[in-house]
Parts: sequence; structure tokens; C-alpha cells
Amino acid sequence: MATVVPPPSKRQRREALERTQVQHQDDPSTQVQGSFRTRFIDGDGQQLADVVEVNFADATEKNMSQLLNTLLQNDKEDAVPYRFKILISESNKVINSLPASPAELPELLKAHGLTSPAEAILSFVAEPQAVFKVNAVSRLSHRIPGHGQPILCAQFSPATSGLLATGSGDQTARIWDTVTGTPKFTLKGHTGAVIVVSWSPDGELLATCSMDQTARLWNPRTGDSVNKVLKGHLKDIRALAWQPYHLWSENTPYLATAGKDTTCRIWNVNTGLTEHILSGHTAAISCVKWGGTGGEKGTIITASHDKTLRIWDPVKGVLLHNLKGHAHWVNSLALSTDYVLRTGFFEPGTQVPATPEEKKQKAKERFEKVANVKGTLVETMVSASDDFTMYLWNPVQSKDKPITRMLGHQKMVNHVAFSPDGRLIASVSWDNHTKIWNPKDGAFIATLRGHVAPIYLCAFSADSRLLVTASKDTTLKVWNLKTFQLARDLPGHEDEVYAVDWSVDGQRVGSGGKDKAVRLWAN
Amino acid sequence: MPQNEYMERWRRLHGRRLDQEERIRKRQARQGHKESKDAQNLRGLAAKLRAEKRRVEKIQMKKKIKAFEERDIKLQGESEAPKDAVPAYLLDRDGNAQTAKGLSSAIKQRRAEKAARFSVPLPKVRGISEEEMFRVVKTGKTQRKSWKRMITKPTFVGEGFTRQNPKQERFIRPSGLRYKTAHVSHPELGITIKAPIISVKKHPSDPLYTRLGVLSKGCIIEVNTSELGMTTTSGKIVFGRYAQITNNPENDGTVNAVLLV
Repeated sequence: MATVVPPPSKRQRREALERTQVQHQDDPSTQVQGSFRTRFIDGDGQQLADVVEVNFADATEKNMSQLLNTLLQNDKEDAVPYRFKILISESNKVINSLPASPAELPELLKAHGLTSPAEAILSFVAEPQAVFKVNAVSRLSHRIPGHGQPILCAQFSPATSGLLATGSGDQTARIWDTVTGTPKFTLKGHTGAVIVVSWSPDGELLATCSMDQTARLWNPRTGDSVNKVLKGHLKDIRALAWQPYHLWSENTPYLATAGKDTTCRIWNVNTGLTEHILSGHTAAISCVKWGGTGGEKGTIITASHDKTLRIWDPVKGVLLHNLKGHAHWVNSLALSTDYVLRTGFFEPGTQVPATPEEKKQKAKERFEKVANVKGTLVETMVSASDDFTMYLWNPVQSKDKPITRMLGHQKMVNHVAFSPDGRLIASVSWDNHTKIWNPKDGAFIATLRGHVAPIYLCAFSADSRLLVTASKDTTLKVWNLKTFQLARDLPGHEDEVYAVDWSVDGQRVGSGGKDKAVRLWAN
Repeated sequence: MPQNEYMERWRRLHGRRLDQEERIRKRQARQGHKESKDAQNLRGLAAKLRAEKRRVEKIQMKKKIKAFEERDIKLQGESEAPKDAVPAYLLDRDGNAQTAKGLSSAIKQRRAEKAARFSVPLPKVRGISEEEMFRVVKTGKTQRKSWKRMITKPTFVGEGFTRQNPKQERFIRPSGLRYKTAHVSHPELGITIKAPIISVKKHPSDPLYTRLGVLSKGCIIEVNTSELGMTTTSGKIVFGRYAQITNNPENDGTVNAVLLV
């Protein structure tokens, strides 16, 4: 039987009546007075629109974004959400984000050395955000047991969030159907732990490499081995990189693998033959990337335990640059174009092109959009090391010299990643902190604290607004990169989390670790 | 007892007997027969000694056989995957032996220890009465005063101890029963070191005994374990650690103790 609420008393009725009769007014004392003039510029310093005058009371991020869209005459379909930084030219300081309430803005400006904001022209650096928005994953949607040993690596297919590949110490790689939460294929063949799984940028092949000194290729549609075992390395293979899709010539993809035997090999995937052996490092190679700039077929970048990074020409197989600077092992390497190179022509929310030419064109467009800085294609890279620091490099422009050294971590930095839009760098370290950096000048932006044990990996969401970190403390944590606060804590793993990946469309996060079960997280 | 190496010298000068190898071969061939004869015929002490020697030999033999068998098994199962696979970024790194699971169980253990902070290896200790601990020493010109006590157990007397005026000293700690070091074993590492005693922390029977530094079974002492090289969580070397005495020093003439970890 439902409870009947007693009728309102006389006093309650009188008060309700008063509320309807009296018009509510904001207290003028809490409103900020005055206005300021603003100039909108893009990330490269180009002015986007005429200088306009804005009331302090209206200076919220949403309003400013709307204003800029109006000034740029974007109609409703084309409207892009923007994120703003305020550049103060007098003191050469940057305010990284607008305050939550506009009332705090004058104070904030004063704190950054601007005495009379009403007289100055403020430069608002507008950074377009992804039009779509990824919701933070909040719950464990599936826990799928299957692997008999710890899961060492995980990667979502670039084509869909429905397929996740994992590699494990039980000498198999497995493909999971993440929609139903069921195992799809078990890829058997390796005789050692599978250390890396990597989807080709067109999603048609899966490459795995293993402690048994071989790499193998698989067809993810059927789960069969694509009859070529890439044999040649003398010790275990630790890293793998696909050639960027827009550089594939006539459907012959190439693959670079590198490992403990200090060499990097380039393979022709169709024939399974070694094209080049890049030797020169004097210790194990920890990371290999295939960048899209620097040559007609891009460049290969290897990071090694011998404290150097080397850049190679994949066509001739020769060394281009030897980047020295680190004082200890280089653990991880990230390119500003990592995400577009991984996803090729797949763009969330758009149709996949039909013909190979269109696919190539689309992949190229996407690559150039991210790599374009003032009209030239630039790939910035960042390397993380055991010496607690990171270096920012731009080998095309500044040759063997680093742009800057990023200091701040107190223990070795295990992994570093660029956001998909290339506007943020996240580094995770064994000092339990994640740090966010500006890739333009390597400036420190924020520290994300929360983990209680070394953090192993991190992964950005496709819209660059969220970051997920995987730690030894058996949790995943999702961070909001606007406020730099913890968005979600995802406990659930029973042991260390070794691998994490955010699907390309942002729907799911897949993780695996020492407790041998794949876990899928959804919103 | 041979004086000087005269046998070696003789050999250097004249060489070995020409039939030496033949003799050794024959002796070895005869060995089994001799053993058998001894086993059947020896009597008395000689038989006992032989049996004891044979028993020790057999133990060693069995151990050896077992080791060989284990080695063979290992060779068979060599192709098995290593137990703990780790991702690429943890390869080549030592010091990651302590797992998260181990870590959490270590924390739990520490909590449990906190709950029973004084749970020690020897929880029950025999109480020692004052009659047993002290002997009354009679003083005075006519031996009619009996306020002086002599401690009948081993004691630890600190480094900088100076006796008071002997005439007024109430407790005498005999210098023959004083100990400065203890043989301390680490229960987890399984090693024993001779460590200097720093102080007596708690005597279970009586706080007075603690003050006097009496060493008896079950007594908690502080020892200098800097030799073990144990470190705290912040990386500093642990200097003093508590240990519990496990033997009766008054009977054995040494102090044995086990570290409390």
C-alpha cells in the first residue's frame, strides 16, 4: 500500500505562494562586473577571428566555445566544442583551463600577472575537441576466463570495438568477442609467451610476437595462421610495428620487429621474408615505431636499453639519426601520430571508404590532419626512460638534439603516450603518479595521483578527454583530462594489471593481467 | 704425527713404486670382499664404529641417488613454459619478485602482527622466583646483615657500566656470568650470526630482572644486527633488532636467540 503524503500545511502553502509571486533576482554582489577583450588564436598562434568584447560574467567554456563557433560562422552541424587556454603575453604565462565559475576569472588573471584585465586583450588559444564524446567506463561488463597464464598484452581491433586480441604466457593469443563477452578464436602456434599482439591498421591481419624468437601472422576473421612464421631473430622479440597504412604499396604491408638480440628486422608480410636487418644497437630494443614522416616510406624509430634512440630509413635500411641523451634504459616511445597510424582509415562515426584508393586517401588525410603544424608534416616523439626523465624529440627539425627534457617523475617512467589529437602527453611511472605534459614545449601540466603502486600502462580515449591507467595495485583508474581529477576507479582485478587498451570508438576498455582473466569495462 | 713432509720428499726423490697403480687397482677390487668380511666378523667396539661409519655413508649415498633422480626429472620437463610470464616492460628487470598478491599478504601479516605485537617464538616461559635468582650474601662485621644479593644467572652488563661503591652495592652481578654477545638466528633467512647484545628489553618474570639485565630463556634482548644488512622500508640499515633467548644460558654457557621479525 502506497504511503499517502499528508496535505501541505497552511504555512507551507503560504510560502509556496510567495515563491511564485516574487521574482527571483541574482544577487548583484556575486556577479562579476566588467568585460574584457579577447582574441581567439589557434595552437600555432594564427588569429581565428576579430577581437571581440566579452563580459566576465559570461566567460564560461561553453559560452566561449559557442561564441567562437558563431564568429567562425559554423552552423549547428559543423559546431566544434573548443577547449581554451589563456595566453598572457605580458608575463608569458599560460592558464591551462578556464575556471569552473566565471567569477574566479579576474582573480586568476591577477594571479598570473595581469593587473588590469579589462584593458588588455586576452589571447584565447582555442583547441578543437573531438565532436563525439566518450563516456567514462564505469562498470565491469564481462570477465572472461580462458587464458592459462598471465595476460601480457591486449589490443582492440582498429575496425571495431567488438574484437579484442590478447596475448598470454600460456603461449597462445586469443581473440574475444567483446559484445557478447565470449572467446572467439584461440591462436595456437607459438612455443613461448606471446609478448605483443598488434592489429594491422586495416584490421585484416593480426601480428603476434613471442619469447620463442618468432613472429606470426593470423587472420582475425577465421582465427587461422596466415601460413608464414617470421623466423630470424636470435632472441625473443619484444616489439612490433606495422607500416602506416597510407604508405602501403600495392597491398604489400611491411612489418618491423625488434627484440633482445639488438636488431630490428623489416619483413614483407606477403612473402614472409626479411627485407632489412637494422643492426647497431648494443642492447635489447624495448620499443619500435614506424612513423609516417621523414621519407617516402616513413621512418623506423627504435628505442633501446643501450640508452639511445635510432632512426632508420626502412627503404635502404640505413641509420639516419642516433639520438643520445638518456642516462639509462629507454623504456617507451610514443609518436604524436600513434593513434592515426594505428587506426588507418577507420574514423569513429564515419563510413569506411569502399575502395583501396579511397581508404589510402582517407588514411593519408587523417595522418596529415594530426601531423600538420603550420603547413608542414611534423611528428613529435617522446621517449621515457629509467633515468626518471623523458625527452621530447623532433628529428626532422632539430636533428639529434632533443627539444626539451621533461623532469618531474621520481622513479622510472614505464610508459608514455600521446593523446589521439596530439595535444597531450601522458607518462606513467613507478612512483605511482601519472603526469600530463604539453607536447609543444614539454611543459608540465598536471599530476594525476591516486594509484598506490607502480603504474604500468595508460591508454587515451579516442576523444582525448579521458585517460585510463593500469597499475600494479590491481586497479584501473579513469581520469578526466579537463579537470585532471579521478573520474572513475575501477577495482575488480585480483592481481597486477599488465595490459590495458581503450577501443577505437571509445565504447569499451579491455584489460588483462596476472589473474589470467580478460576484463571488459563499459559505460 | 709425521714430522715434515718426508713421504712427499721421498716420492720427489725416487718416484713411486713401479707396481703402485697395480696395487691400487687390486686394493679397490678387493674392497667389496673386505667390507663383507668385516661386516660378518667384526665384534665389539670395532663393529659399532664400522656400523656407524656405514650408516653415515649410506645416508650420503641415498642423498646422492635422490639428487641424480631429481636432475633427470628436470631434464624431461624442460620445455615447459616458465611459471610467471611477465610483459615486455618487466623483462630483464630484477626486483619485481614481490608480487601484488605477496605484497597484500605481507600487509595482512603485518596487521596480524600488530594485533599480537608480543607474540614471540617462545610464548610460555617458566617463571623464576627470587629465591632461585638471588643468593643472599651476608655482610657486616659479624655477618648479621643480609640485604646483599648475588645473581645466580647470567647477566648482560652494559658497555659503560661502572660499579657503585662495593660496600653499598645491593645486587652483585658476577663477572664470570656476564655475556656480551648472542648467537642470533634469522628464522626466514636461516642464518645465524654472532651479534653483540645491546640491551635486555624485557624479562618475562619480573621488571626487576629486566633492569638487572638477567639473561634467561624467553627473555627479549636487543641485538646489533647491522651485519645482516637488513633495511627498513625507507632504505636505512636496521641497527638494533629484538630477539628472544631460546636456550638456558646458565646451563649451556652461551646465549642463543631468535630474531623477532
